[in-house]
Amino acid sequence: MRMVDSSDRSLLLIFGEEISVATHQDVLRLSSLLRYTPGVTNVHPAYASVLIDFDPLAIGRLQLRQAAGELHARAHAAPLDQPRTVEIPVIYGGEHGPDLEDVAAFTGLSPDDVVELHSNTDYLVYFLGFSPGFPYLGGLPESIAVPRLETPRRKVPAGSVAIGGKQTGVYPVASPGGWRIIGSTPLQLFQPDADPPTLLRMGDLVRFVPIARGAL
Amino acid sequence: MISPGLLTTVQDLGRPGYAHLGISASGAADALSLRAGNLLVKNPQGAAALEMTLAGGTFEFEEPAVVALTGADFDAGIPMWTPVRVKAGEHLRCGRARSGARCYLCVRGGIQVPLVLGSASTHLLTALGGLEGRALRRGDVLEVGAVAMAGIFSRPACAPAPRAPALRVTSPDNANALCAAVWQVREDSDRMGLRLRGPVLARHTGHMLTEGVPLGAVQVPPDGQPIILFVEHQTTGGYPKAANVISADLHAVGQLRPRDPVHFEQVTIDAALALLKAQEDWLHSLV
Repeated sequence: MRMVDSSDRSLLLIFGEEISVATHQDVLRLSSLLRYTPGVTNVHPAYASVLIDFDPLAIGRLQLRQAAGELHARAHAAPLDQPRTVEIPVIYGGEHGPDLEDVAAFTGLSPDDVVELHSNTDYLVYFLGFSPGFPYLGGLPESIAVPRLETPRRKVPAGSVAIGGKQTGVYPVASPGGWRIIGSTPLQLFQPDADPPTLLRMGDLVRFVPIARGAL
Repeated sequence: MISPGLLTTVQDLGRPGYAHLGISASGAADALSLRAGNLLVKNPQGAAALEMTLAGGTFEFEEPAVVALTGADFDAGIPMWTPVRVKAGEHLRCGRARSGARCYLCVRGGIQVPLVLGSASTHLLTALGGLEGRALRRGDVLEVGAVAMAGIFSRPACAPAPRAPALRVTSPDNANALCAAVWQVREDSDRMGLRLRGPVLARHTGHMLTEGVPLGAVQVPPDGQPIILFVEHQTTGGYPKAANVISADLHAVGQLRPRDPVHFEQVTIDAALALLKAQEDWLHSLV
C-alpha cells in the first residue's frame, strides 16, 4: 500500500493499478474501519484506492498515516460477510431504453441477445461513487461493451440502466451522463430519508431481472 | 422572500461522512464567511443561513430579527460584517455583488429546514436538502430556528475575511505549469466545479483508475483546461489532478466569479496548515 498526500486535508491510499476482486476486498475491509477513526470526515473507496478526508486540526497527517498502516495490517486478515445478492428489475428497450437498438447495432447482436447477456450476469458493486448511490459494477460481458455517447445527455433520468465502455450501471438520481441507456428500473437506488440511504452497498452482487413494460 | 435573487440557497457546513455512498458534503461555498456571520449573531458556527450568488434577494421579516451579512458586498444598505437589528415588517434588499460572488445572510437562531443526512445544506444537482432541494423562489417562507447561544447581544463589527491574491495549492508533484499561467473562470462554472480557461496543460499519459477526489482538487481533463472541484463535486473521478487548493483558500474559491482571473501558487503542506491555523485564530477572535 502506497500513501500520497493528495491535499492538506486528505490522504490517498493506493493498492495498485489493476481492478481485481482481491484488491476490492482489501479496499472494502479498510474503508469500513477507517470511517470510525477520530478526525476522519469522509472515506471514498474506489477500485484500488481509498481517499481519506480528515480534519487537519483534529488529527495530524503522520498520526493518520500510522493509523491507516496499522488498520491495513489488521484488516487484511479480517473475514468478510457473505455478499448480498440484490435483484434489480429492469424494463429494457423502447422509451425506457432508447439506446438498446444502437447497442445491438454496435455489437452485431439482436436487442434480445443484448438483454439476455446483460441480465444473465452477476455484477459486483466495486464501490459507490460519482453521485449518490451510483454503483460502479464489474462483470459486464465484453460482447456488449460499447463506446460512450459522443455528446453526453444533459439529463439522464433517475433509474436509467446504461452501458458505457466496459462498465454498466444505474443512475440513482437524474444527472448528466454519457452512457448508453438500455433500460430503466422502477426501484429507487437513493432515498435520502431511508437508513441506509442507498439501496446498494459496496461488495453487493447485482442481478438485473427483465420485467414487462406494463410493470412501471 | 419578496424576490429570490439570482441563486439563493439554504446552506450550512454540509454533510460529511457519506462519501462512501457517493454523496459529497456540499455546504456553503464560502464556509468561512458563513461561520463568521453566524458567530456575529451568536449562532453556532455551522447554523444554516442563506447563500446568495452574484445578485441578492429581497427579504421581508415578519418578526424582529438580528442579522449579519458576510462574504461579498451586495450593496444591501446595511453595514457588512456587523450584527444588525431589523424590525418586524422591515425589508432587507440586497443588490448586485460589488466584488466577489457570494453573500451570506445569517439570522440569529438560524434558518430552519428539515435536515437531510444531518445537514440543512442544499445540494442542487441532486435536489437534496435545503428548501425542497432547490433554490429559493419568490413567496417562499422560511422559519427562523432557535439555535442561538444565550447572552446579551452586543457584538461589534469585524473585518472581512482576509484573502490572498493567488489561490495557494499543494501538489504531490510540481504544479509549475498550473502556477505559471493566468487562468480565467469560465461562465459555466457552478457549485460543482470552477472551470478555467487558459493555456492547454500537457495531457497526462497512462491509464488512471477512477479514484476518490477531494474538495478543491484541480482536475485536468483531456482538453487540458483545469477544473477546480467544488462543494457539490462528484465523490470519485478518473481525471488526473495537477494540484489541490489549500483548506485556508477554499473560501476564496467561493468568491470567484465568471471571467475573474485566477493565479495559483504552490506551497508546502506545512505552510498550508500554518495558514489554516491563522485563519482559525482570526475566526475565534470573533467569539
